[in-house]
Amino acid sequence: MEQLIKTIHLCKEYNNDGVITKVLHEVDLEIGKGEFIAIMGPSGSGKSTLMQILGFLERPTCGQYFFEGIDGSKFTDDELAVIRNEKIGFIFQSFNLLPKTSVYDNVRLPLLYDEKKRIKDQRTAIIEAIKAVGLYHRMDNLSNQLSGGEKQRVAIARALVTEPEVIFADEPTGNLDSKSGKLVMEILQNLNNKGKTIILVTHEKYTAEHARRIIKVMDGTVQEDTEVKQRLFAKDAEDLIK
Amino acid sequence: MDLRSTIRVAYIGLKTKKSRTFMTMLGIIIGISSVIIIVSVGGGAQSLILNQVKGMGSNLIGIFPGASEEEGPPPSALGIVNTTLKNSDLDAIIKNNSVPNAIAVTYYDRGVGTFQRQEKKYDGTFVGTTASYTKVHDVEMARGRFLNEDEEKDLARVVVLGAEVARELFGDNDPVGKNIKIKKEEFKVIGVVEKRGTQLFENQDALSFIPISTAQKIMLGVNYISLARVQIDAEENTDQAVADIGALLRDRHKLGKNEPDDFSIRPQTQAIEIFSSITDSLTYFLAAIAAISLLVGGIGIMNIMLIAVVERTREVGLRKALGAKNKNILSQFLAEAIVVTLSGGIVGVIFGILISFLVAILARQLGFEWDLIISYKAILLSCSISILIGLIFGIYPAERAAKLNPIEALRYE
Repeated sequence: MEQLIKTIHLCKEYNNDGVITKVLHEVDLEIGKGEFIAIMGPSGSGKSTLMQILGFLERPTCGQYFFEGIDGSKFTDDELAVIRNEKIGFIFQSFNLLPKTSVYDNVRLPLLYDEKKRIKDQRTAIIEAIKAVGLYHRMDNLSNQLSGGEKQRVAIARALVTEPEVIFADEPTGNLDSKSGKLVMEILQNLNNKGKTIILVTHEKYTAEHARRIIKVMDGTVQEDTEVKQRLFAKDAEDLIK
Repeated sequence: MDLRSTIRVAYIGLKTKKSRTFMTMLGIIIGISSVIIIVSVGGGAQSLILNQVKGMGSNLIGIFPGASEEEGPPPSALGIVNTTLKNSDLDAIIKNNSVPNAIAVTYYDRGVGTFQRQEKKYDGTFVGTTASYTKVHDVEMARGRFLNEDEEKDLARVVVLGAEVARELFGDNDPVGKNIKIKKEEFKVIGVVEKRGTQLFENQDALSFIPISTAQKIMLGVNYISLARVQIDAEENTDQAVADIGALLRDRHKLGKNEPDDFSIRPQTQAIEIFSSITDSLTYFLAAIAAISLLVGGIGIMNIMLIAVVERTREVGLRKALGAKNKNILSQFLAEAIVVTLSGGIVGVIFGILISFLVAILARQLGFEWDLIISYKAILLSCSISILIGLIFGIYPAERAAKLNPIEALRYE
């Protein structure tokens, strides 16, 4: 499998007015293209910080991070912004949609920053992404007119629209009821089946077992890195969407 | 992100807070419309005054008795009586061709008194003047004729009534040929002047005209004149004519080399310049005061933008997570500030023009010859100032937004 992500002795410290908090210690990871990974751990374990570093939202304090073989520490802030735009899609626990803005415009948001015009036909790409999460009929609705599950599906469409290498999902089902949560997991599984790399951050074992591989993080270090033996599958997402 | 997308994103951002956007805009709308209104009304008032000065006749030079400072008012304007200017001084201007550019000259003495016909009384002003008055001033006769030179020589007791005087004393009847009393002296009406309205703050229709000789010898008992006006052939000869008149009067008054003038010569062009500079400086002064409200509006915008940056911290974090660079965030917030100020400016210009238009209509209703003056310079300047205010007062909040750390911004509650 082609390597996408590799970290060597990655660590992260926060300095709050002289008080230094170590969040990650010497994390060594390798993630291949097309994997479905769940980073699991209790709150405060450092799993979200790890995801933020892997997603180029934060820089590590020490260690090295290679993305597609390139050393991430070499990039300027603007170059990181371009990488986030082109290679990475984010899904957040609290959806983070623009308020009072249509589904279409929310999904369009990352394309505003696609300065190279990588995506030639933006309108088609937006509509395809919205269709992929089953919200074509809601395209012109405003974000505040949607249910929680629908909001998270809009967020997935927004993460998909730039055709990224990897999608980071930080507790994507945390704010959803079980039915909507299942649907979101199904969509992620479907995307992974089509070859997209998915990195999921969760504290729930149940959610993590939808992935192919679980990396357990505890007190800032990787405790366990195992294949999921009995992987969970929700009902077929396309049926649910219909 | 191209300009169109930036403006579109700014528009979407502003649309979600419609009433706040409008309130923010209000400061700019008021500021810009005040500037437009003041410049327009100032221009209208200026043209009104200048038209009145020009309405007195063209290419005129005023001669006042008594010396005065170059820029100061003539002494007669301050109520000082000077007796230095005699009829013969003025007659000499035309007679001996000593002022080649002079076409006509007229002079006056004025007094006030009760005009009476039977039971009807009118307190008015009589102007003793020469037959050449009609050459120098634009005067149309409604009835009868103006004074002639024979009447001047004969001390004739004839009067040409102003339109208002005639109406007050005779109503709709023809006054020509009838007798009236002015200060108890009997006069025969020979004409009525067409309505002239107000010129330079004086109601011209309240003035009646009698021969200068009659005014001086019978009504006022004086042998000097209070004001004269010379009409010259062309405006560009003003300086020459002023010099010639000055030399002639100094010679006639036998003034020595070191003695100052005992008269003042004021060309109409100078009066126009003085009035223009007064109204100009008034307009600029008022516009500057109005501009202060623009400054206040700008500070209001900065305040609201700072609040918006705090409120939208998560949005900034999200945009950065999705690939926005610092400059994208900077230009987005800057664009929002400029969209607010520029649209405020445009609404202000439209509102200002509307009010100026209403002022012009009202002024015309009140009988002023008011021109609606909309200065394109003022409009262009207003729009540029609006953009500038957006830039100046938007840059600080926009920079604060741009510098936000994406993760801290996303965590912000």
